[in-house]
Amino acid sequence: MRHIETVFSGFGGQGILFAGQLLSYAGIAAGLYVTWIPSYGPEMRGGTANCTVILSEEEIGAPVVRHPTAAVVMNSPSFLKYRSLVKPEGLLFVNTSLIDIKDEEEDARMILIPASDLATELGNIRMANMVMLGAFVERTGIVALDAVKEQLAEHLSERQQKWLEPNYVALERGAALIETQV
Amino acid sequence: MAEKTTVAAATIPEIYEPVYTYPDSLTEVSTHYCPGCVHGIVHRLVAEVIDELGIREDTIGVAPVGCAVLAYNYLDVDFVEAAHGRAPAMATGIKRVNPDKVVFTYQGDGDLAAIGTAEIIHAANRGELLTTVFINNAIYGMTGGQMAPTTLSGMVTTSTPTGRDCLLAGYPVRMSEILAQTAGAVYVARESALDIAGIRRTKQAIKRAFLAQIHGLGFACVEVLATCPTNWNLEPWSALEWAKENMGAFFPLQTFKMTDEVKALGTR
Amino acid sequence: MTKQLLKGNIAFAEAALRYGLEAYFGYPITPQSEALEHLSGRMIEEGRVFLQAESEVAAINMVYGAACAGVRTMTSTSGPGYSLMAEGLSYIVGSEVPVVVVNMMRGGPGLGNIQPSQADYFFMTKSAGHGDFHPIVLAPASVQEIIDMMGLAFTLAETYRTLVIVAGDGCIGQMMESAELPPMAATRQSRPEWAITGARGRDRNIITSLYLGPENLERLNHRLQAKLARIQANEIRYQEMQVDDADLLLVAYGTAGRICTSVLREARKQGLRVGLLRPQTLWPFPEERLAELSQQVRSMLVVEMSAGQMLEDVQRVVQGRVPIRFHGRMGGIIPMVDEILDDVTSLVQTAAA
Ligand SMILES: Cc1ncc(C[n+]2csc(CCOP(=O)(O)OP(=O)(O)O)c2C)c(N)n1
Ligand code: SF4
Repeated sequence: MRHIETVFSGFGGQGILFAGQLLSYAGIAAGLYVTWIPSYGPEMRGGTANCTVILSEEEIGAPVVRHPTAAVVMNSPSFLKYRSLVKPEGLLFVNTSLIDIKDEEEDARMILIPASDLATELGNIRMANMVMLGAFVERTGIVALDAVKEQLAEHLSERQQKWLEPNYVALERGAALIETQV
Repeated sequence: MAEKTTVAAATIPEIYEPVYTYPDSLTEVSTHYCPGCVHGIVHRLVAEVIDELGIREDTIGVAPVGCAVLAYNYLDVDFVEAAHGRAPAMATGIKRVNPDKVVFTYQGDGDLAAIGTAEIIHAANRGELLTTVFINNAIYGMTGGQMAPTTLSGMVTTSTPTGRDCLLAGYPVRMSEILAQTAGAVYVARESALDIAGIRRTKQAIKRAFLAQIHGLGFACVEVLATCPTNWNLEPWSALEWAKENMGAFFPLQTFKMTDEVKALGTR
Repeated sequence: MTKQLLKGNIAFAEAALRYGLEAYFGYPITPQSEALEHLSGRMIEEGRVFLQAESEVAAINMVYGAACAGVRTMTSTSGPGYSLMAEGLSYIVGSEVPVVVVNMMRGGPGLGNIQPSQADYFFMTKSAGHGDFHPIVLAPASVQEIIDMMGLAFTLAETYRTLVIVAGDGCIGQMMESAELPPMAATRQSRPEWAITGARGRDRNIITSLYLGPENLERLNHRLQAKLARIQANEIRYQEMQVDDADLLLVAYGTAGRICTSVLREARKQGLRVGLLRPQTLWPFPEERLAELSQQVRSMLVVEMSAGQMLEDVQRVVQGRVPIRFHGRMGGIIPMVDEILDDVTSLVQTAAA
């Protein structure tokens, strides 16, 4: 059964909530049940932001989970938090550009992606979220990369449309990293 | 609370005379306000005034509901947190049973000029011995940038997506002008914290407003024009420029009421 | 219509508009401000009435006025704002005009916080204002359900000329979920005959909740009570899952209710015979059905995001026939599946022993 419980977490401004929404849109297009729930509140101002996204073939009960099957962590506080929460057989996508991992900290769940560096290389650090999402989709196979691209075209604001092509490239770069890691 | 560390003492040679020190009445914690928010500046002014008047241990603050709800994290005096708009009523209760204490409210424009209009007008009209610091940033900051009673005509907010249409949403309200009409107010002024000169004047006004209370003269209120870069969608600097260009025209900087007794107090 | 990803607050606002909402009055408060923001654009686009009031006191009285004029009207709020509306709600019920209020519950008491909570259960179902009355209280557990319940809320409000509260929480308001909006319905063409519209060509209408003579006021109260009895007889709604062979019955509503569907699924995987009763109307409460189920299960677990408010209704109905345990979280904390599951396992074990 297709089913994933995942958290996207990072600083406000890293496009965390949007990455989660994009995955959600793609999930709906694929005919899955979807819930997306953000952390909300004063801590959103400049602090950390996260959202929990569940995609499933089954109707979804609890929209929040203690132990997600996957997490995308974009900064150190998020890494520290979700390192201990993600299930042992789960996946932890780590933005190594901003998170220093010592060798002894590494474990089998971790997928290391220098997302912010790659995004900077591609022209805008703010595309780090798309690099991560590309890797996430490729590794989990929960939805197709093309489906994410389609949704991106639809949901990128008009002002942002000039970033559509570069964002496609960012998604692909993330996905390509997985291919080479496997 | 943690001991205060005086950075100055450790690093600045003695031959220099300190012209800038950290107010005693301001706690040393990092701020929850957004970068460029004016609340922090006005907090500091209030703290400086409390220090200069030597009233830290005799002052009671009443926090609003709005971004300044956590004012008690920064101003190191006794504090209470009021329901949205009710600070002047709560302050009245506190002052009536603590007549020898200095009681002030610190309120935003939604708090004071929308939901709390009745409370502020009646506190002023009764001539309650209170000081009110009123931050006018023309928007609801805390709840995400909806229209405030002070939102300018045509201004885009999250609840006036095509700009404030005054025929439908009503006109911006000039609270200081209204409060100045009440018999019990002895000092009502509008200042701005948008540039250095304005900040200096604001401090003098806040001091006068505290002195009016300390001398038992009546109700005093200082409105301070401010910015909310986050919900105006502007960089901090552009927000200051925008406010100077647009808010000043509708909200003139002026002393609307100052009785002779208040004038005689000076600000020393 | 197809499924879209919709945020609860925007979904219920848009649904209300599509169900023919003619006038919205409100005041911003987290966690429901997106509804007001959404309607600030959409209502005006559609040529309907939107106004941001100066307070919740004003907002509910604007709604009261528009309801007396016979239009489909509503407001939405949360905790502190809901408290301020209590006086108006009582007038609305006393005057017998149809009004819908959405309360997206948040953590209390006082300013509390803006996280999800279910701590306004007593306030909404038992004591929504001064005087003798209950509003109809609907409890959605998903974005789709709050969409559907907006239509139901207007129908019930107008059928019984009373107050209907849609009791969501910050979770339902803030979450996005796949859901489907209703098609756009036209607004009503005419006003009801009791409405105040100017007495042109008819006897004048007076809408009041003032009855100076005690006999008259008692008569009004008898009428209101009879109406409540009709509502109790006809409008109880709930959802059941796997109750037929259940040893243990979970009772929970709204967000806690949907979390319990996950608990149930996990428990069944472990071979535990667990069922769920999820009230969709909190008032009227599904008393009869719960009483029946209390004859057939061995124990119950009530789950709420409060100190145990619906719990008192469950205890009242079950009358000690089976042991009832309570799992509650407060302060805006959403209970997790694993912690509830722990209670389920220990309850089943105790019952077996
Ligand atoms: C009774 C009640 N209604 C609404 C709210 C939500 N609320 C919190 S702050 C606020 C407005 C804040 O705006 P303002 O007073 O202008 O202060 P700012 O945040 O801009 O400093 C509102 C509407 C509340 N807490 N209580
Ligand atoms: S939202 Fe506006 S008023 Fe509030 S802290 Fe940020 S800048 Fe200041």
